[in-house]
Amino acid sequence: MICIKYFGAIAEVTNCSSETIEKSNSSLKEIIQDIQSRYDLKHIPLKFALNQNIIEAVEEIEINENDEIAVLPPFAGG
Amino acid sequence: MKKKKNIFIEGAISPEFIAESIAKHQTKMNIGAHNIFLGQVRADEVEGKKVTAIEYTCYKAMAEEKLSEIRENAFEKYDLTCMHIYHSLGTIKAGDICFFVFVSSKRRKQVYAATEDIVNMVKTEVPIFGKEIFEDQDYQWKVNTF
Repeated sequence: MICIKYFGAIAEVTNCSSETIEKSNSSLKEIIQDIQSRYDLKHIPLKFALNQNIIEAVEEIEINENDEIAVLPPFAGG
Repeated sequence: MKKKKNIFIEGAISPEFIAESIAKHQTKMNIGAHNIFLGQVRADEVEGKKVTAIEYTCYKAMAEEKLSEIRENAFEKYDLTCMHIYHSLGTIKAGDICFFVFVSSKRRKQVYAATEDIVNMVKTEVPIFGKEIFEDQDYQWKVNTF
């Protein structure tokens, strides 16, 4: 199982703060494409984190069982 | 080893909390300079409507990890005696304090530079999200500008 977390403006579109999917053996890129096909997130600048680390280039990353992916809208602290 | 500190405060940061934080450092005799940054919720006006509050949420696991990295880097880069970062979660009214950075050192030069650096890093690297709520209960998602 892989946990996907949504925050702020994104959680509003997905209508949930997290979901689990059966997608081990897939790449981060495939999972992100799947998320973007299910939800209309085009209007929000997105960042992705894998196990709490920001991923700059999503291309070559393999996802393993129990990984946590976060889809993050712009940061607004301060 | 990374030390996890309590950084997030539910609700506004009170002036009393800030005063107590200062008082706690009066026993530390090697400190000669404190610097404090306070972020206050601004009643911005957007298309004729005023922001009355910001509702803050965060990705806690990642935020805590990032904040301890920021902390470690600050101690490596600057000659600091103490540093504390606090950020509010939940709904914070315009005029209330939502962000408190408190840096202490032997002398003043280090604390000015460190504070600026820490505040910038918290704003750009820590996953905190803000919903700006208008007087008519409409809202928009806050995006940091520099």
